[in-house]
Amino acid sequence: MKTIQVLGSGCASCQRTHELIEQTAREQGVEVDLRKVEDMADILALGVMSTPAVAVDGTVVHSGSIPDRQTVLGWLE
Amino acid sequence: MFDWLADTIVYGALGLTEGERLAEALHFFVMDTAKIFALLVVVIYVMGLLRALMSPERVRAYVRGKPRWLARLLAITLGAVTPFCSCSSVPLFIGFVEAGIPLGVTFSFLIASPMINEIAVVLLIGILGWELALLYVAAGVLVAWFGGLAMEWLRTERWVEDYVWKIQMGEAQPTAAGKGWKGRHRFAVEEVREIVRRIWKWVLIGIAVGAAFHGFVPGEWVTTYLGAQGDWLAVPGAVLLGIPLYANATGIIPVAEAMLGKGAAVGTTLAFMMSVAALSLPEILILRKVIRWPALALFAGVLAVAFTLVGWTFNLMA
Repeated sequence: MKTIQVLGSGCASCQRTHELIEQTAREQGVEVDLRKVEDMADILALGVMSTPAVAVDGTVVHSGSIPDRQTVLGWLE
Repeated sequence: MFDWLADTIVYGALGLTEGERLAEALHFFVMDTAKIFALLVVVIYVMGLLRALMSPERVRAYVRGKPRWLARLLAITLGAVTPFCSCSSVPLFIGFVEAGIPLGVTFSFLIASPMINEIAVVLLIGILGWELALLYVAAGVLVAWFGGLAMEWLRTERWVEDYVWKIQMGEAQPTAAGKGWKGRHRFAVEEVREIVRRIWKWVLIGIAVGAAFHGFVPGEWVTTYLGAQGDWLAVPGAVLLGIPLYANATGIIPVAEAMLGKGAAVGTTLAFMMSVAALSLPEILILRKVIRWPALALFAGVLAVAFTLVGWTFNLMA
C-alpha cells in the first residue's frame, strides 16, 4: 500500500487536494495510506516551499498547486 | 469587439437608451466582464504552459548567496513572474530565511509577488493601456525595493519567531507542471479552471463596483475630491480605504478603470490599487505565524507610507 502525504498548513487548496486524492482512490478501488502533513517544520524538511504539495512514499512528486485528476491517477498505479 | 457585444446586449436586446445611468453602468459591466474573462483565460493558459520554468524553490536557489543588491533585484523580478498562493507565504518565508537570504530581501519578494503579476499586467495593458501598466509595474518595483530596505533598517529580525531559525529544510525536486507539452497543456487547463474558480467572484464584484462608479458617481464629485487638483489627503485616504478591502490585483482593475474614466488622478488611483492588491489584512495576518506583532505592524505601516508617497509623486508628475 502506498503512503501519500498531502503537505500544506490547512489552506483551502490543500483541503481540496486531499479530497481529490481520497475520492480518486475510492473510485479506483485503490487502498492508500493518505496523510496530512500540516507542521511547517515537516513540510520544509521535505524541501517544499509552495503548498499544496504531495509526496508519494516519502518522495515529493508535486508542489504549488492542486494536481489534476490524471496526475493523481498516475500516483495510484 | 467587446464594445459591439455590450452595445448589442444593452442597447439592442434590453432596449435601454444610451446615456442613461443604468444603461451606462450595464454597458460597462457587460463589456468588462467579457473582456476581462477572455483575457484571463488566455493569460492563465499561456502562463500555465510556462509555469514549469519558475517556482519559489528555484527563486530561492537563484537568490541564495548573492550580494544583497543583486539578491533584492532577483527577488523582485522573480517575485513578479512567480505566482504563489498566499497560503504559501509562511513556508516561503521560512525557506528563504533558512537559505540565509536576508530578511529585507524576503520582504521585497513578499511585497512584489502579489502586487506585480502577469495577469494584472496583461489586464492593465488590455484595459488601461500600456503606459499605465508600466507606471504600475515601476511603482510596484520601487515599493518592493524600498519597502524591503526599510524592513531591514528597522531590524525586524528581532521579531521573527524563534522556531523559524531552527527549521532545517530538505532538498527536493518538486515538479509542479507535467512533463512534455501534453502534460503542460493539461496543467495549464487545470490552472485556468482553478484560478478562475478562485477569483471570479472578486473580479465580478470589482466589475460591479466599477460599473456602479461609472454609471452613478457624478463626474464633478470625482474631479473635486479625487482629481489632480483635489485634496492631497485623497491619497492616504485611498490607501487606508484599500487596507480592509480584500481583492486580488485582477478585481481592482475595473474599479481603477472607472475611477480614471471619471477623472480621478493617476497617483490616487494607483495608490488605491496597490493598497487593495498588496496590503490586505488576511494576507498580512497569515505572516503572524512567522513574525510577531511589532514586525507585522511595521510591515503594514511601511507599505501604507510607500503607497502614499508613490501616489503623491505620480500626482505631482501628472
